[in-house]
Parts: sequence; C-alpha cells; structure tokens
Amino acid sequence: MTAMGHALDKRSVGSGSITLNLMKLRTFIALFAVLVFFSLAAPNFLSAANLILMSKHVALNAFLAMGMTFVIVTGGIDLSVGSIVGLCAMVAGGLILNGLDLRIGYTVYFNVAEVIAVTLCVGLAIGAVNGALITRLNVAPFIATLGTLYVARGLALLSSDGATFPNLVGKEELGTTGYGVLGAGRLLGLPVVIWILVAVALAAAYLARFTPLGRHIFAVGGNERAAALSGIRVARVKMFVYMFSGLCAAIVGLVVSSELMASHPATGESFELNAIAAAVLGGTSMSGGRGTIGGTIVGAFVIGILSDGLVMMGVSSFWQMVIKGLVIIVAVVVDQAQRRLQQRVALRQTARLG
Amino acid sequence: MTEIGDDDVVLRLEGVTKVYSGTVAVKQVDFEIRRGAVNVLVGENGAGKSTLMKIIAGVESPTLGRILLDGKPVVFADAADAAARGVGIVFQELNLFGNLSVAENIFAARELARAGLRIDHRLQERRADALLDRLEAGIDPRALVEDLRIGQQQLVEIAKAVAQDARILILDEPTSALSAPEVEVLFRIIGDLKARGVAIVYISHRLEELIRIGDFITVLRDGRVTGRERMANVDVGWIVRQMIGSASKDFAKSEQHEIGDEAFRAEDICVPRATGGYEVDHVSLSVRKGEILGVYGLMGAGRSEFFDCVMGRRPHATGRIFIEGRPVKERDVTGRIRRGLALIPEDRQREGLVAILSVGANLTMASLHKFLAGVHILGSRERSAIGRAIRDLSIKVADPAQEVASLSGGNQQKVVIGKALMTDPKVLLMDEPSRGIDVGAKAEVFRTMRRLAAQGLGIIFVTSDLDEVLALSDRIAVMSNGRVTALVERADATEASLVAASALGHGHPQTQAMEKRA
Repeated sequence: MTAMGHALDKRSVGSGSITLNLMKLRTFIALFAVLVFFSLAAPNFLSAANLILMSKHVALNAFLAMGMTFVIVTGGIDLSVGSIVGLCAMVAGGLILNGLDLRIGYTVYFNVAEVIAVTLCVGLAIGAVNGALITRLNVAPFIATLGTLYVARGLALLSSDGATFPNLVGKEELGTTGYGVLGAGRLLGLPVVIWILVAVALAAAYLARFTPLGRHIFAVGGNERAAALSGIRVARVKMFVYMFSGLCAAIVGLVVSSELMASHPATGESFELNAIAAAVLGGTSMSGGRGTIGGTIVGAFVIGILSDGLVMMGVSSFWQMVIKGLVIIVAVVVDQAQRRLQQRVALRQTARLG
Repeated sequence: MTEIGDDDVVLRLEGVTKVYSGTVAVKQVDFEIRRGAVNVLVGENGAGKSTLMKIIAGVESPTLGRILLDGKPVVFADAADAAARGVGIVFQELNLFGNLSVAENIFAARELARAGLRIDHRLQERRADALLDRLEAGIDPRALVEDLRIGQQQLVEIAKAVAQDARILILDEPTSALSAPEVEVLFRIIGDLKARGVAIVYISHRLEELIRIGDFITVLRDGRVTGRERMANVDVGWIVRQMIGSASKDFAKSEQHEIGDEAFRAEDICVPRATGGYEVDHVSLSVRKGEILGVYGLMGAGRSEFFDCVMGRRPHATGRIFIEGRPVKERDVTGRIRRGLALIPEDRQREGLVAILSVGANLTMASLHKFLAGVHILGSRERSAIGRAIRDLSIKVADPAQEVASLSGGNQQKVVIGKALMTDPKVLLMDEPSRGIDVGAKAEVFRTMRRLAAQGLGIIFVTSDLDEVLALSDRIAVMSNGRVTALVERADATEASLVAASALGHGHPQTQAMEKRA
C-alpha cells in the first residue's frame, strides 16, 4: 500500500482476495483490537479525560514518526531526532529563562513567538546538517545521524552543564509569559498539541500524495538512479526529508518543555526508536519506497495506546517492553506475507493478460 | 500438428504459464512426457526451455496451469519433492562437489548411514560401482570428482539421477561438453534407460543429434509451443521453421518523411579514463529533426558513456552541445531534460524504472510539472495523460495503478519510453532499446521509433545488432574505443564496413594494420 497507489487508483487492483484486504488494513485492525481490548480490560480507559491524555502522549511520538516516515521512504534513517528534541527543549527553555547573552554586556530577550521560531530553526538547521553530510559528503545516513545524535545531546548537556531549566513561566515585562499554552492550552475542548498534530499530519499527507515533492520522495526511495535520470534532484529531496524530520523533532522539544514548564537536557532519549517502531508498524518499508503518513499515525497510536493501556492494567513496564517488541515483529512478518500475496496476484494478472 | 495418442504419458503439463517479475517466460504450454521414449525439447535461447525444465524438476512452480503425474494433478514443493516422485535432472552446469568422491556425490544428501548417523562408505561405494557398471562408465567410485573428465562427470550426474530411481530423466544440453566417443556412450546409456521404461526429456541445440536420438519433439518459440510431432515425421528444415517462425526480423518499413534542420549537435565530447586515455574521445555527432542516427559498436566502445555526457551525468566531461543550434548551458540532468533531451537507458531495471511504483507514477515521474496547479498535482489531468500514453504506446496493463514490476519486459520498456516522451523531448537518446524484450515488443518499439521520427523528433540510438542498425537508421555512426570511426549514410553502409570500423583501435594486429591504412 504505497502512497502512490492511493494517489492514482480508482480501486486498488488485484485485491480481489479478502485476505489481502484484511492484511492491508492490518494496522487499523490492530488499533481497533487494542481499543476494544483495553476498554474491556481497563476501567476508565474510555473516559474523555483518559483519551485526551493518551492522545497527548501519542502526539509526541507521532510528530517524530511522520518525519521519520519520509526519511525512511527515501531509503535513509534519522537516529538524531531524540537528541534534537532534547537540544530544542534546552534552546527554548534557555531563551525564555536567560535570554541570549551577547557577551558585550547586553542580553537579548525574545518573546514567546520568537522563541518558538528560533527553536524551529535550530531543528531545521540540524536536519540540514544531516542532509548535507549525507548528500554532499556521502556519509551513510545511519552514521551521519548517529554522529549528530551524540553532538546534539552533548550540546544540550553543555547548555546548562547538565542542569534543568526550571519554571519557564517567563516575565511579563519581557513578553516571555504564556509559553505553557503550547503544552497545556486547549482549543475547542482539545489540547493545542492535538490541533498542531492534525495540521502537520494533514500537510504531510497532502505533500506525500498530491505534490511533485511527495512523488519524488517515493521515487528516490524506490530507485535513486532512475529518479536522478528522470530529472529529479535527489540531493534536494533528501535535504528536505532530513530538515522536515528535524523540524518535527523541534516541535516535540517545544511541546515537551512547555508541558513540563521546564527543560531537561536528557529529554527525548530513545525517542528515535519509538518513532522508527511507529513508522514500521504503519507499513513503512525499511528498504525505502513504501509508507504512508496515515499508516504511521495509526502505528503511533497502536504503540501509545498499548503502553498506556498496559500501565492502566497494572502490567509491569518490563512486560510492556516485551509486548511492544513482539507487536513490532508480528507487524513486519504480516507485512512480508502481504507483499508476497500481492505479488502473486499481480503476476497472475500479467499471466492472464499474456 | 498431428495429434499423438496419449497412452504412455507419465507426466503432462497443462496450460502452464510462468511469469517472472517483468517477463512471461512460458505461456499456456502443454507438454507431454512419454515413458520409454526420448522427448525432445528445442527452441532458441530465451524460448523458455530452461523455465519449462525447472518447472518439471520442481525448481520453479508454475504461475498458472497444472502438472499431471500419472494422470493425477501434483504440486512439487521443491526439487527434492520432485526427485522423491521420480523426476531426475542433469543440469548443463553440473552440480557436483569436486572435493568429494564419486560415491559420495552419487549419494549426496541421501547418504546410506548406519543407524542414521554413521555413513556406510563401503555400502555406498558398492552400490555406486554397480550403477556405474550399468552405465558402462568405467569410473572408480572412490575417485575424486574433480579428477574426472567433464564427460565422466556428466555420467556421474546421470548415475546420481538413476540412483534415485528416476522415472523421468531431464538432460539439459548433455552433449555440449562431450567428445564424439563420449556422445556414443551417452546415447547407448539413453537407449538402455529407454528400454527400461525411463522417460527421457532431452534438450539440445544440435538438431542432427535430436533427429537421431529423439522419438517425440516439441518446439518452443517465445514461451509458446509452436510445433509438436513424432520425430519420424520431421526433418531439420521443419524444426528450424518452427523455431524461428516468419516474424523473427520484423523491422517496421521506413515511411518517407521530411528530414528537417539540425535538432542536436555534440562537439568534442571528451571524458578522460581514470587509467589514462579517454572513455569518450573527442566525439562530435549531430542529428536532424526526423532523422534516426544509429550508433553501432561493440560493448565498451564508449557509446553509453557518450550518452551519459550528453545527459550531464558525467561531471568531468568536456565539450559543447547544442539543441536547435542554441548552446546548452545547463550542466545537470534536470536542466538538460528541460531543454529537450531524454535518455532511454540501457539497464531498464536499474536506471529506467522505479519497480515498486505504479505504471502511472513511473510514466509521469519526469513530467509532473505539466499537471500542476500551484504545487497541487491535478489527478484528472495526470490520469488522462497516463491513459493517452498507455494507448499511444499500446502498453498492455490492466490498470495504471498496477506495479510496473509486474509487466513484461517489452511493456516495461514502453513505460520507460512513455516517461521520456512525456517530457516533450526534441532529441531522444536510446541505449540498446531492444535489449531483453521479445520479438513482438521489439517490432513495436521499432515502429514507435519510426513514428516519433516522422513527427519530427531527432533520435540517436545505440545498438550492438547489425541488422537493427542497418534496418532502422537514416545515418550510421560507428564507435570504437571511445572514438567515432565511421559516419555514413544508410545507403553507403555495408555490414562488412561497419564491422571493420567497429574493430578499429582495439589492439588486434589485424585491426591495427587496417587503422594504419585508414
């Protein structure tokens, strides 16, 4: 189930078999299954308060997973997103608390909107560094982003000597109050975070399906040489996906520090693994060329609801890890089975056509 | 095609079709194997013999159709399963372990072991000796296989199949490595096996041999059965007619059309080779609107590299190119495509297609800008363009959303051509456009080239096929060792002169002498 398929088909071809359709919908079925299971097994699971709380948890991973999806679709990987989350949280917290010391006796304070803008730019910049390493210097994505993982985390720790920036309430006279709105604010009864997630997800899904850039991302992941020979600027496409991933990580850094009203340099450790898990669970192929934003979001929800639900049931966090791992493995096994089945159906059709 | 009675049929294929990703290897084939007879299978390279053989031996399973063994449908799980049911195969490339003894090879993977643990070498050797005696092979079962001559190794392979009580024995080109006396031994063994009721499937290119040894013959062409007869009723001429057919070299007739002004000119294109010298050595070529320029040459003559330079894929290339007389300043592929150049690459799978994307997405990949409203791809406009391309090039596809990998080679090539045409090129560069596609699709590709030229496109195509370059080109350039060694009008070209020019500068004493004279 590629995004391309969606973009062009009237009705998916060759999906005559019920098994195939069930397999295609597996992430939705999994989501439905965890929802039903926990609403029966865990009391209060379906309460509005709990659902909103869970969505806020899921949203963090979903942002990262969307960025990760584009990166993986081009055939790459971005290990640095967790560290970018931490660094961006520290940048935002530091700017609100201490401003920017120019070392000439002046300190510049930014208002909240400016702080957010600067932080997003930091995320974009680290993504651009990743992209440049990969496209200009031909460093393998795994290595390049592993490097920036350490660098960004180190910078986050250096920024405060490992300490937390506490109490980001800000000062009225500097215009730095109101940072908490991002994490705790509500709009029409839903958390602001959810609205941002919806907006970014819709934009990303639109990009994937209806814009040339989206097509190019899939083409580059499917066959880089053929894409280049078709006039697609492969380096630009790759720059974009790593910068978008950095931007998503910066959003998460802002949201986390705003929710806690504090910035801790270890924020976001191992977030990259959860993001990869969500993308893969949602049908993104690690070998590139396949994946959808919708699938990834559903994947993030399955993982998030699974861990929150298990917590509510009182299952130990050790068991939670085992269960999460098994779910990921099963998802990929089913994915492979579906691909084989699909291929067989397509080959049969060709055979009939002669 | 006379009907042959079907008593004695051990194994029958009914309507067997095998599709590999991209190509239909065999289509709707019926094939019968009779006991106590030599069933000959013959066809040109790529006709589907090997595929059919692999299906019978359980190495591959058919995409469509069924296999009947003794009148009952069977499905072979794998080669071991087929072997257990009595199908033995001797591959052309022998599958023997040179570092093991003859006896160990014969019983490989079916070792005779005491208590299922310790191999009883003495028993194996006794049995192997008996088998080899029956084959009159005169081979010591304790000898290492790598010490045997090829002919003897072949006999070991046959002994291996016989040891498994094969009722059906497939021999793929068994005589290709044998000396004349060894062939006589083999034929005697075949006669002996026949007498004991074994069904032999015999595959070979040597037609006289087939007529001598065969009882029934089946001819394959392009994956279809084109002839099925008793060997007694046929001669060599009949076999050749069935194998080649009438439509083998179907080049579209040249329609007269105006050849216009210069569409494209390359001047002094040069790429240095890392090891010294030039991969492309000061090449200058031009093509006019409506003209087809054929570039003939051997592999490695610098033809594909020249195309790479023209498309801007070689950053170190020097030289100038002009489209419609105006210099092309753009240095990258994207810019050159915009200026009206398009390349159909030689390697379809690696450079032409994104296999996992749909036919439609592949077609529009290079020309998405034509369907835009702002940044939005207009689905309706894109779909109608895809539909048009599929119709114009008669691409056989049930639905444009189908993955391009599921198409046959010829249809995949049409998709690559369609993709290039959608960028509205002025000059089309085609690198071996007929490679790896079947005869029918070739003819269609050639017709398409004619049609495009008639519409005013300048076409430069590269080929290693002499017939192709002579039939299609208006003008012919020959490249050798990075240089253009001949540039002639079609009317002045002869096969001999082209071949001579293609060998220039390749370092053979003869050609060097020719070079001096030239």
